[in-house]
Amino acid sequence: MLEKLVMTVLGLLLIVLVNWYFFFSKRRLTSAQIRQTGIQEVKITVKGGYDPDVIVVKKGIPVRLNFYRDETADCSDTVVFGDFNVRKPLLAFQTTSVEFTPEKEGEYVFTCGMGMLRGKLIVR
Amino acid sequence: MAKDLVCGMDVNEREAAGTSTYRDKTYYFCSAACKKKFDEHPEVYIKSDEGDSEEDEEGESAPEETQGRGEKKESEQKLERMDLPIVGMSCASCASTIQRSLGSLKGVAKANVNFATSKATVLFEPQLVKPEDFISSVKKSGYEVGIASLEIPIQGIECASCVQKIEKALLLTSGVINASVNLAMGKAKVEYLPAETSFVEIKKSIESTGYKVLEIGPKGEIEDVERVVREREYRKLKMKFLLGAILGLLIFLGSTRNWFPWVPSFLSNFYVLWALATPVQFWIGWQFYKGAWGAFKHRNADMNTLIAVGTSAAYLYSVTATLFPFFFKKGGVRPEVYFDTSALIIVLILLGRLLEARAKGQTSEAIKKLMGLQAKTARVIRNGIEQDIPMEEVLVGDLVLVRPGEKIPVDGVVKEGKSAVDESMITGESIPVKKEPKDEVIGATINKTGSFKFQATKVGKDTALAQIIKLVQDAQGSKAPIQRLADVISGYFVPIVISIAIATFIIWFNFGPSPALTFALLNFVAVMIIACPCALGLATPTAVMVGTGKGAEKGILIKGGESLETAHKLDTIVFDKTGTLTKGEPEVTDIVTTNSFAEDDILKYTASAERASEHPLGEAIIKRAREKKLELQDPKEFMAIEGHGIEARVDGRSILLGNKKMMKKREVDVSGLEAKAEELAGDGKTPIYVSLGGEAAGLIAVADTLKENSVQAVRRLKELKLEVIMLTGDNRKTAEAIARKAGIERVLAEVLPEDKVHEIKSLQSGGRRVAMVGDGINDAPALAQADIGIAIGSGTDVAMEASDITLIKGDLRGVVSAIELSKRTIRVIKQNLFWAFFYNTAGIPIAAGVLYPIFGILLNPIFASAAMAFSSVSVVSNSLRLRRTKL
Repeated sequence: MLEKLVMTVLGLLLIVLVNWYFFFSKRRLTSAQIRQTGIQEVKITVKGGYDPDVIVVKKGIPVRLNFYRDETADCSDTVVFGDFNVRKPLLAFQTTSVEFTPEKEGEYVFTCGMGMLRGKLIVR
Repeated sequence: MAKDLVCGMDVNEREAAGTSTYRDKTYYFCSAACKKKFDEHPEVYIKSDEGDSEEDEEGESAPEETQGRGEKKESEQKLERMDLPIVGMSCASCASTIQRSLGSLKGVAKANVNFATSKATVLFEPQLVKPEDFISSVKKSGYEVGIASLEIPIQGIECASCVQKIEKALLLTSGVINASVNLAMGKAKVEYLPAETSFVEIKKSIESTGYKVLEIGPKGEIEDVERVVREREYRKLKMKFLLGAILGLLIFLGSTRNWFPWVPSFLSNFYVLWALATPVQFWIGWQFYKGAWGAFKHRNADMNTLIAVGTSAAYLYSVTATLFPFFFKKGGVRPEVYFDTSALIIVLILLGRLLEARAKGQTSEAIKKLMGLQAKTARVIRNGIEQDIPMEEVLVGDLVLVRPGEKIPVDGVVKEGKSAVDESMITGESIPVKKEPKDEVIGATINKTGSFKFQATKVGKDTALAQIIKLVQDAQGSKAPIQRLADVISGYFVPIVISIAIATFIIWFNFGPSPALTFALLNFVAVMIIACPCALGLATPTAVMVGTGKGAEKGILIKGGESLETAHKLDTIVFDKTGTLTKGEPEVTDIVTTNSFAEDDILKYTASAERASEHPLGEAIIKRAREKKLELQDPKEFMAIEGHGIEARVDGRSILLGNKKMMKKREVDVSGLEAKAEELAGDGKTPIYVSLGGEAAGLIAVADTLKENSVQAVRRLKELKLEVIMLTGDNRKTAEAIARKAGIERVLAEVLPEDKVHEIKSLQSGGRRVAMVGDGINDAPALAQADIGIAIGSGTDVAMEASDITLIKGDLRGVVSAIELSKRTIRVIKQNLFWAFFYNTAGIPIAAGVLYPIFGILLNPIFASAAMAFSSVSVVSNSLRLRRTKL
């Protein structure tokens, strides 16, 4: 009986932990740097995910996200910004730039081709 | 503090052991020896000094670099001149905006922007201002500078210092805006102004540093590198799969010896099974761990996580049972191993990935095909000299020579020569198109028969092909609204599945039958394995990609997933008349003669008379005469009477051509022809009376006729249960005559161009979903208002903003094809989503064991993995079926 209780408590704790880690833990924000050319740029390394994965940009200024894909794993071979109608193939071990100008404040999710890897673009 | 250029020491100016003045500049030295060395070869040290200062200053803040450039020019006062091609200027006032902005830069002596040539000419002091500043100034004014970009493979770059050396040399080349050398790739990426420098110059400057430039390969070279890597990985995956399959089979036989009594008994030894399963788990299955860890670090969870955790659970349980069987016995459980489960799951999923990789590669084939169409080089004639140059260097205005069998490199207008061109790759039209001077040619099409010269009108990213590629890429990147739910789900899917799996474990452990631990474990693994959201994620994008790609192959450009989805719901389709249903240019339809004249004679005389006129109706008559190979003469005493017609003398005979008023004015009796003329007018044609030598000779009827395939297209649209409506500014009589021929019952005639939008709106307010078919320029507002705007294109004008669907060629059957394609694509998406949802929503509870209490059904984790592996393959294959669609 005791072992059942222990197992139940452990299992429930694990469920809470899993959900906290993936959904609610605090993520680091990275702000885009505004270059002299008037473009805000961020370099993002793609390897099993996006690093950094939460990016803060300013409204109305052209954004250039430089994705460096540091792997050949199929999963990350495309990056999709659904709200901006961008779907770009990322070549392995190459930097691919995604450019657009966010006109509205808000949070925009970007994902891999299948929506598994996720990052967020916060427009302020 | 100054720097001793010879030894590099810092020297206090006042305490220097020696000074030298070279080119008006004073240099300080720490010792007489250094001064002596400097005096012998000052340029050596100055050069390296310039180098050093640039090395320190990278990127944006490099004022020294400019200074270096200035010194190199030997004069601080001398102005440099630079031409910048400007992109996006649409009016003369844009030119003055740019000019003001450039002129206000510090160091710019004079800036002049020419709207006609789209060029900015800047006179500047190189030490005060850099070309980069011009570019950002132009950009700030809202325009772009036409910068060309090249990737140049260089042989033998081995160290970081080589990189700097080459970059420096490139940046010193005038006209080069930006240069960066990638050591790993062995390539330099150069951005330059094509008007200022060329590939040859750039190549020279690289080779001056002692490195060799390799031949520039085809544009898709990077993709090729990727492909090579991919293929290598594919082979590796295949090899791993085969090895895994052998090991998996042995493990399977060993674990199920009671089914196969002939299997040697040692195979079912736990330790042997362990030994066989370990390489499968950690070598063949390593990619799952790697992927899972990568995702975990980013607080992501993907299918790798599920597989890694699921198989590890089975594997570790089995290892424990092998090493500590007494622990299980003590708890009253028979120690069992599940090495077959962990190993076979991995092998099956690898198989799924192999198949999926192959299928997925095919979904983007259309765009690869389009990219592969691009020509690599062009033969241009500059200053009378023929030269082969890379595609990227062709400028607007260049005269390009094309020989039979060659690809036309860019868009342009034929200047000299005749040929037939195969345009099937762009327009889908299979019959070669004749080209004569003044005809447009499209880049990437193939010249068949003759040589000709043409002037480039669109290059680089403005060519039709580049626009098509961009349109298709954008379309493939867009999302169909139908996908939204799937997107939301797949984002939360994996952590939730893990939670369900843990809950399954707890429930089976607490309430399940004995052996509870075994059941709990197996069901935990089954839930983890079956729940791959891959199929869900692939359902829509693969179908949209294949669908839009298929369309592009046939000259149908679809803006995106949303357009596809709306197009399949249409119920009304409105056609513009002129130029859409009809050819848009009048032609001779009937020739009526009075008894005394032959048809060809009438045609010959009227056509000869019309040679002096510029009326479009006259052109139609001349065209018909030419088709009949009639010999035409120059008319004499030609006179045009406005609103009436023309009169002239040909071959000594007086000719009158025109309407009834004209005939009345010249007192020609046409009473015998009037009935026929009215009949022709009733058919929507324009009858022209002809009189020869003061006698009524006949009638020539001219009309804008239907395109060959309009009737067929309308019929097929009706078969698709769409109501077809014609919209035109023409008078009702003419409009109805044409509509009758096209098979259209409903006509909205006498609609002013600006009222077309209202007509569409009023149809929509009646609850209809309306498509409007028209040309992209005059009908743009109506196209934008319609639920689906279908623009009929011609030639190189593919960038049609207002439309959702663009047909590259004017054939209206494309409208039918586009609607059919959208219907099929949406059907495939729905099938995919159904299977994916069904699979995941039904699969998880079954794997968790909900059917067990009633039916005693449990899902073996091995079956779960097989099902999962094939679910994504089946979704992708289903999408690929669209490729075989006949349009």
